[in-house]
Amino acid sequence: MTDNEWQMAFQDYSTCSFIDLLHRTSPRLLPTLGASVEGVEVPHGTTVLALRFRDGVIMAGDRQATAGYQVASRRIDKVFKCDDLSGIGIAGAAGPAMEMAKLFQTELEHYEKVEGDNLSLEGKANKLSQMIRMNLQAAMMGLAVVPIFAGFDEKAGLGRLFKYDITGGRYEERDYDAQGSGSKDARDSLKKLWKRDMGRDDALRVALEALVDAADEDVGTGGPDLIRGIFPTVKAVTRSGFTEVGEDEIRRVCEAILKDRSMSEQGG
Amino acid sequence: MPLPYYVSPEQMMKDKAEYARKGISRGRSIVALEYRDGILLVAENPSSLLHKVSEIYDRIAFAGVGKYNEFENLRIAGIRHADVKGYSYSRGDVTAKALANAYSQALGNIFTQDIKPFEVEVLVAEVGDENGSRNEVYHILYDGTIEDERNYAAMGGQAEEIRRFLKDHYKDGMTLDEALQLGVRALNVTQNKSLTERDLEVAVLDRTKTRRKFRRIPPEVLSQLLATAS
Repeated sequence: MTDNEWQMAFQDYSTCSFIDLLHRTSPRLLPTLGASVEGVEVPHGTTVLALRFRDGVIMAGDRQATAGYQVASRRIDKVFKCDDLSGIGIAGAAGPAMEMAKLFQTELEHYEKVEGDNLSLEGKANKLSQMIRMNLQAAMMGLAVVPIFAGFDEKAGLGRLFKYDITGGRYEERDYDAQGSGSKDARDSLKKLWKRDMGRDDALRVALEALVDAADEDVGTGGPDLIRGIFPTVKAVTRSGFTEVGEDEIRRVCEAILKDRSMSEQGG
Repeated sequence: MPLPYYVSPEQMMKDKAEYARKGISRGRSIVALEYRDGILLVAENPSSLLHKVSEIYDRIAFAGVGKYNEFENLRIAGIRHADVKGYSYSRGDVTAKALANAYSQALGNIFTQDIKPFEVEVLVAEVGDENGSRNEVYHILYDGTIEDERNYAAMGGQAEEIRRFLKDHYKDGMTLDEALQLGVRALNVTQNKSLTERDLEVAVLDRTKTRRKFRRIPPEVLSQLLATAS
């Protein structure tokens, strides 16, 4: 209907979405899956977690990717910055999950640039849910992606976190959550250690304790590797932005945790 | 069927160019200045919500003068181009040059093929990084003409006059507030009143920032910066 061309400006709802842009112009760039990978061992990200503390949220992940009974990588990073006020921790098939994180990050930046304004945290969480739903077909073929999304909600003035299932179901968690093969152990640990209104240092310690517990119980999860000097990654999102916790600090806290544990083991 | 009037191609282009130039000269101006840590963009723009200067990609900014809806369309097209390219290759592969060429193609096509040319001029600026690659500023006109500018650039209503002023007063290695003073003075040349922070939209591509170099300078900070010098 050429005489109604001006109406397009109202009917096109996708002007600010990068994913819709790819659908329209370069569908070949969208992650798709042509065949089943059942029976093939692909690298999986293992444990990520997020927890709330006084100033926002802390997100952490171990560094190992596991394919079947093999270590696929010892140094991958599973917690990514989405924008200044949010981050995503990925668990599940590592390849598609990292692709999804990259696409999600571009989506948020694209929206921000076109609209000149940030999406609300709710809006971002919702968008991610749609992206996971897009991946459902791949999930049914053995490439499930189940991220944790966390960020600082400027309107509410607090940190919030969301977990997902493979169908894109979105569930807000109030205090903490973990995802991946070691998630049950990490969650158990968080359940005992998490306290309301913790400061940053306490929250960092709790996050690392939970990851050490997960590595202890789950074969897929990598613990602090003192020989190679590989430690979990930890990121914090607060009102003032997304920050990475320095490696030195993480190393110090990990060493303290291991020292305390070996002392109690030896009955000291 | 009545025959259409014959208009020589020369006459048609001349008319279109005149039409576009007239539209642009009615609008307000923008200046771009290279300073020590990047590129400064100063626009005369009384609106704080409808922007003339904005971010395209990590190191690339866009500025437009003329008709708002037309340069807004170009701006969004630029963001799309950059984001798709950065997504399919890498963030470092998105360049101002490719984008400026795309704008030049688009405006050139519109100018020759459409009845009404776009009444806009756009500027695409890319800040160099710390290890010495240089800044790039491209100026694209309503008919697709493209120029690369050094040190300073001006476009809009009284661009000629502003350019003359900048030629006499520009110096290398200015700090941000020196560059800002100069930019505002340049815009003031064409005014019969003095511009305040409420009439200005200012942004920089700041090479000391990580990844996304674009930063708007909010009015509060702007008034402080302007006050320190005077």
